[in-house]
Amino acid sequence: MTAIRAEGLTLAYDDRTVVSDLDLQIPPGRVTVVVGANACGKSTLLRALARLMRPVHGAVLLDGRAIHSLPTRQVARQVGILPQAPVAPEGISVLDLVGRGRSPHQTWWRQWSTADEQAVAAALAATGMTDLAHRPVDELSGGQRQRAWIAMAVAQQTPVLLLDEPTTYLDLAHQVDVLDLVTDLNRRDGRTVVMVLHDLNQACRYADHLVVMRDGRIAAEGDPAAVVTAELVTEVFGLDCRVVPDPVTATPMVIPLSRHHPARAVTA
Amino acid sequence: MTAVTPPTPGAAAAAPEPVTPAAVRAVTTATPEPVRAKAPDTAGPFKVGASRPAERPARALRPAVLGLPLRPRLVVMCVITALAAFGVFCLGLALGDYPVPLADVVPALWRSGARGTVFIVHEVRLPRALTGVLVGAAFAASGAVLQAITRNPLASPDMVGINAGATTAVVAGIVLGFGDTLGTPTLGLAGGLLGALAVYLLAWRRGSTGFRIVLVGIGVSWMCTSATDYLLTRAKMHQAQEAVGWLVGNLNGRGWEAVRPLGIAVAVLLPAALLLAGWNRNLQLGDDVARGLGTPVQLARGLLLLVSVALVSFATAAAGPVLFVSLAAPQIAQRLARLSAPPVLLSALTGTLLVSGSDLLARHLLPDVDLPVGVVTGAIGAGFLLRLLIRSNRAGSGG
Ligand SMILES: Nc1ncnc2c1ncn2[C@@H]1O[C@H](COP(=O)(O)OP(=O)(O)O)[C@@H](O)[C@H]1O
Ligand SMILES: [Mg+2]
Repeated sequence: MTAIRAEGLTLAYDDRTVVSDLDLQIPPGRVTVVVGANACGKSTLLRALARLMRPVHGAVLLDGRAIHSLPTRQVARQVGILPQAPVAPEGISVLDLVGRGRSPHQTWWRQWSTADEQAVAAALAATGMTDLAHRPVDELSGGQRQRAWIAMAVAQQTPVLLLDEPTTYLDLAHQVDVLDLVTDLNRRDGRTVVMVLHDLNQACRYADHLVVMRDGRIAAEGDPAAVVTAELVTEVFGLDCRVVPDPVTATPMVIPLSRHHPARAVTA
Repeated sequence: MTAVTPPTPGAAAAAPEPVTPAAVRAVTTATPEPVRAKAPDTAGPFKVGASRPAERPARALRPAVLGLPLRPRLVVMCVITALAAFGVFCLGLALGDYPVPLADVVPALWRSGARGTVFIVHEVRLPRALTGVLVGAAFAASGAVLQAITRNPLASPDMVGINAGATTAVVAGIVLGFGDTLGTPTLGLAGGLLGALAVYLLAWRRGSTGFRIVLVGIGVSWMCTSATDYLLTRAKMHQAQEAVGWLVGNLNGRGWEAVRPLGIAVAVLLPAALLLAGWNRNLQLGDDVARGLGTPVQLARGLLLLVSVALVSFATAAAGPVLFVSLAAPQIAQRLARLSAPPVLLSALTGTLLVSGSDLLARHLLPDVDLPVGVVTGAIGAGFLLRLLIRSNRAGSGG
């Protein structure tokens, strides 16, 4: 099981510090969900975990070794990342896009193998994209497009999968589809998943481990049921709310209060 | 799961890469991604369990052949284009003031046949024909590489100042008299690199792609053209004549001295472009995705740029700026193969066909007039450029 961990991580763009002195242990084989207000550094943290940016201080450790000391391709065979809102080149087919997920497994002299073909076919099947394989990505609906990108990350066959807001721009039914798919990848293949989500209720449902970020630091982490309280949500998101058990899953459910809808009849 | 596999040559670059801003992913040729709620998917919500690979055997989507993905359409197009190019090449060797029967042309290449025929084919016409083949391949492959990295068909070397830089350097060599000591290929390479460096520093350093590069490139192009014009006004009569004969892109009178350096350059750089194509494909997905797929982004972009600039510079040094080949050939190839980016090999073959065919036309369209090949490719390419501009404006990415 690949273990990924951040130690004293400080991340900055030029000289603007975005994440400071952050320690995080990603539980192997589980689903970790990162939440937090806009611009609190979630994407930045995910990029650092995938070696897309170099820390100012501290390190990301992959099985105990600093990720920046490992060869790029070796990292790419262990950690897959789907950045926020990726843009596909005009006219690329789903099959070609998903096939590129295989590049960390390819060499100069063997650019395509039967294993590649099978991995792509399996990724297409797992995401329900097999019938759309020959369609251009830019002619798909938002949900199909997102599934095509996820299929690319799945075809990479990495034990760790990082997803940055995989449900953004999708309608509710397709959000649930994508989240169920991610859960399948975790439960069936035992992949470690780290994803950034916007919706707190979905995060509570799908997370084994919840990481709540605020201003580049971890405000709270752990089992969603233990972590998510009305006080925490108020502190982190500046939102007055009530937290009740989700009627379906019994995980915490955040019901926002607002100026026009203050707390009235308290029945619970 | 964490067994350390030895890195392959592609992984050689483990050097840390500086962080590039997210702006790198900006595309200008593509219309912005619609950020709207979508209509229900035709495929409907998918059920993972229902289509597990174990339950439904995976269909053969893209079989592997000799370590490469099978793309029948690309292979067929390459074969057709190569045959057509070879046909035009042989015609070019056969036709002329002393026509040689087509059947005698191929043997004459290996110096077998009548002495007169061998002399005409091998010594008189072959260098010019080979220069055409190599120049076409070099310009087109260079354009294919550059258009793919920038994701913009207009960002081809003859639009963005690389061609113009090479031209200015070579004309400076002729006019200022240091051309003979340094040699045309060296001067062309130096000028092309300088032109590319100017574009890179002014537009590309922060990773911007697309139209910004094109606009800055056109500016650099004009600066180089002005410098060339100024040099011409300072030139003596015979120097100006030599420079002008070369300025339009001309295969006339090219001998073995032009073929050799270009042949070596193409023999090294074309395979390099083919080997780097995998990295180029990943770069088109944006820097973050590419890096996530194990591509050393900065190194890959640097090497691809270098290959592209070197190809176009050597070709310009050999035949002058044969206009529009690096713009049009990759676009034609991309449409023939129906791919999302120009394929390098098919582009090179298309470029060869384009230049060899244009030269054949140039030689026989107006007998008695020595029409430079650049005039013909320019006329063909200008129409093509207009079409592209109209199309990209219609798609809403014209500026
Ligand atoms: N490429 C970049 N260059 C400079 N600043 C950036 C860049 N990406 C993000 N930032 C800044 O870093 C902060 C955190 O961004 P991000 O990690 O994307 O937040 P989140 O994903 O939590 O919304 C923001 O203030 C954002 O403006
Ligand atoms: Mg984000």
